[in-house]
Amino acid sequence: MDIPKALDPAEAIQKALPDALQDVKTFRGETTLVIVPAQLVKVAQFFRDTAGLVYNYLSDISAVDYAEVSPVGGVIGISGRPDRFGVSYHLYSMLYNRRLRLKVFLPEDDPQVGTLTDVWPGANWLEREIYDLMGVTFVGHPNMKRVLLPDDWDGHPHRRDYPLGYETVQFSFNVDEILKHKPFAKE
Amino acid sequence: MGVTSKLGNLGVVTTTLDAAINWGRTGAMWPLLFGLACCAIEYMSTQASNYDLSRFGMELNRATPRQADLLIVSGRVTRKMAPVVRQLYDQMATPNWVIAMGDCASCGGVYNNYAVVQGVDEIVPVDVYVAGCPPRPEQLLDGIMMLHEKVRRETIKDWA
Amino acid sequence: MAVAEQVSKWEGSIDDLRGLVSERALTGETMLLNMGPHHPSTHGVLRLLLELDGEEIVTCLPDVGYLHTGIEKTIESKRYEQGVPLTDRMDYLSPMSNNMAFCMAIEKLVDLDVPERAQVIRVMLLEMSRIASHLVWLGTHALDLGAMSVFLYAFRERERILTMFEMLSGQRMMGSYFRPGGVWRDLTPDFLPTLEGFLDIFLAKVDDYELLLTNNPIWIDRTQGIGTIEPDQALAWGVSGPGLRGSGVNWDIRKAMPYSGYEQYDFEVPLGEHGDVFDRYIVRIHEMRESHKIIRQAIKKLETAKGSFRSDDRKFVPPPRSALGQSMEAVIHHFKLWTEGFPAPDEEVFVSIESPRGEIGCYLHGDGGTKPRRVHFKTPSFMHISSLPVITKGYMLADLVAIASSMDVVLGDCDR
Repeated sequence: MDIPKALDPAEAIQKALPDALQDVKTFRGETTLVIVPAQLVKVAQFFRDTAGLVYNYLSDISAVDYAEVSPVGGVIGISGRPDRFGVSYHLYSMLYNRRLRLKVFLPEDDPQVGTLTDVWPGANWLEREIYDLMGVTFVGHPNMKRVLLPDDWDGHPHRRDYPLGYETVQFSFNVDEILKHKPFAKE
Repeated sequence: MGVTSKLGNLGVVTTTLDAAINWGRTGAMWPLLFGLACCAIEYMSTQASNYDLSRFGMELNRATPRQADLLIVSGRVTRKMAPVVRQLYDQMATPNWVIAMGDCASCGGVYNNYAVVQGVDEIVPVDVYVAGCPPRPEQLLDGIMMLHEKVRRETIKDWA
Repeated sequence: MAVAEQVSKWEGSIDDLRGLVSERALTGETMLLNMGPHHPSTHGVLRLLLELDGEEIVTCLPDVGYLHTGIEKTIESKRYEQGVPLTDRMDYLSPMSNNMAFCMAIEKLVDLDVPERAQVIRVMLLEMSRIASHLVWLGTHALDLGAMSVFLYAFRERERILTMFEMLSGQRMMGSYFRPGGVWRDLTPDFLPTLEGFLDIFLAKVDDYELLLTNNPIWIDRTQGIGTIEPDQALAWGVSGPGLRGSGVNWDIRKAMPYSGYEQYDFEVPLGEHGDVFDRYIVRIHEMRESHKIIRQAIKKLETAKGSFRSDDRKFVPPPRSALGQSMEAVIHHFKLWTEGFPAPDEEVFVSIESPRGEIGCYLHGDGGTKPRRVHFKTPSFMHISSLPVITKGYMLADLVAIASSMDVVLGDCDR
C-alpha cells in the first residue's frame, strides 16, 4: 500500500482554508494551531480526511481558563491571551505517528463552539465534561448535559473564580469549635 | 458425630442471653458488598487469599442491604454519591453497624474540596473509623475486631 | 408500574430521556431498568440506565460522576511536586502510571532530564504495576462471570507485588514513588532479590490462570462473540489499550511514541482478531507475559545504567539529606523547593503513556508561577464507559456484566 507523503499541518490548512488559521505555535516540539472558532468543525473534518494528514484519533479535549482572579475572588483580567477560555483538541495520526493540537479561544460571556461529535463520536463525553466543569457550550451536541456533577449543581468548578471550597482542618486547638457545628448524621 | 464428638461430654453450658446473641452477631457479621474507591481494593485484598477475612465469619458479602449487618464505607463519598450511601444505610435492617474505612470516609482525607463529603459521619452514624490512605488489610481487620469488641459490650436492652 | 414512576426517582422526568432512549420506551413498550451505582459487578460506582426489550439491551445510558473527586482542581491549588500524591488516587489499580504521566508532563514543561537509571527503575515499576492491575482485572472479571477461584489466585500474586512496592515507597498501593526528575529514592538492597523470586514463579502462575479459564467451555461460551467492537468504531470512540488491541489495531504508545527508554526493550504487542470479550482477555494475559519479559530486561539493564535514581538539577530536585549539613547552597535549594517550589513557563504540554487500561494523557498548563494553571487527565476509563452504549447494543443483559468488565473500567480513573 502506498502511503502518501506527510504534509505539514500548518501549511496544508493555510492552503485549504486560509481564513481559519490564526496562529501557529511550537513549544517543546508540540505544534499548536490556533483556529477561528467558527471554522473549527470544518478544520477538524479537513484534518481527519485529507490524505497526508489523517488525524484519525482524538486523544483529548481540555479547556483552560485564562482569567486572573483576585485573592478575594472575582475576575480582574485575562492573562496574556486573546480571550478568557481556551479549548485544546489533541489529535493523533496513527499513520504518521504524530500529534497535533488545535486550539480555539472563546469569549468570557457565552463561550460557544461547534461540536466535534460528528467527526469523532468519542468527543461526546469529553465535550460534556468541559461543559460540566468549565461551562463551555458545544453547539449541536446531541446531549449537552452535565456528566460528572449532579444535574442541579450550581456553577462550573474548574473556572478559576470558582472556589476550591475547603473546610477548616481540625487541630487540637479548634476541634471543639468545629465539632459544635459539624452536621453529624442521626440514626 | 461431628461437633458433638469433638466436644466430648460437655453437658450443659449456661451463659447470659446477651453473650449468646452477641456471640452470634460477631461470629457471622455480613458486610454489604459495596466498594467506592481505592479502599475497596484493599478491602478486596482483605477478603482474598492472603488475609482471608472469612476467619472472622465474614466471607459472605451480601449485595443487598436488606441482608447485611455491616456497611464498610470504603473510599471517598462524593456529593453525588452521598444520597445513595444514606439510602443504602436506611435499607439495612437493625442492628447494623458502619465502619468508615480510610481517611476519605473518616474526614475527607486529602480531598478538602468542593466535590467530597468531609467525612461520611455527616450522612450516616459511624461506629469505627479506620485510618490510612488506604488502610492496610491488617488495619481493617483491627477495625473489625474493634467493632466486635463494641458489639460484645452491647446489651439486648439497647435494641429492644 | 408506570414508566414515569420507574425513572422518576433518578431522572427527574421522562422527558429528559427523550432522544436518548427509543420512542418505545416512552410508551412503555420496552422496559427501563436502573443498574447501579451500587451493584456488585459495576466495578465501583458506575450507574447504567438500561432500556431492555425482553432481555436484549436496546439502549445503555451510562451515568458517571459518583466518584468525581475534584482531583484536577485540587492539583491546581498545589505546587507541582505536591500534585503527585493526588494522581495516585485516580486510577487506583495502577497508581504508578498516573504518577508517570504527571511527572512526564512536568518534566516536559520545565525541560528536565531524567537519568538513565531512573528511567530503568520507572520502566520496571510500570510493568510491575501493569501486572498488578491486570491481576485485579482478571480476578474481578472472572468473579463477575462466576469463576471465584481465579480471584483468590490472582490476589495471591498481587500481594507479592504490593509487598515490593511497599519495600520501595513505604506504601502498598499509593506509593507516590515517581517524582519529577526521577524516583523518590534508590532501590532498597532486598528489592531485586525479591523481584527475582517473584519473576521465577510468575510465568507458571499465568499458565495456571489460563488452565482455569482459556479452554473452559463455560468461559468460552460467555466470552466469545460477545461485545464485539469493530476497529474503526473503536478508534472513533477513542477506545485505547487492550480494548483497542483486542480489535486488532496495533497501537501501543510504548512502541509508537516510546518514553522512558521503552525503545530499548524487546517485547511484543499482543493483538486480538475479533474484538470480543475473549480477545481482550487473551490480550491482557499475554501482556502480563510481555511485562514479565520487560522486567527481566530492565533488571539486566540496571547493572549498566548510568546516572543516579534522580536528576541532580537542584532547581527542581531537592538535595540529599546528607548534603544539608555541609553545603549552604544545598540548604538554600532545599528551602526554596519546599517553601515555594519551582516555576514553570506559561505554556501547555500534552503527554500520554500506555497505562494498563489504555492511553493516559496529561495536559498541563503552567502559569509562570509555581502552581499549574490547568491540569487535565485524559483517562482511558472515561472513554471506555462513553463507548459502552455502542458495544453493548443488541446483547443480552447478562452479557453486559462481561462487556463492562472486559473494558477494564475503573471509576476513579473515569471520574477523577
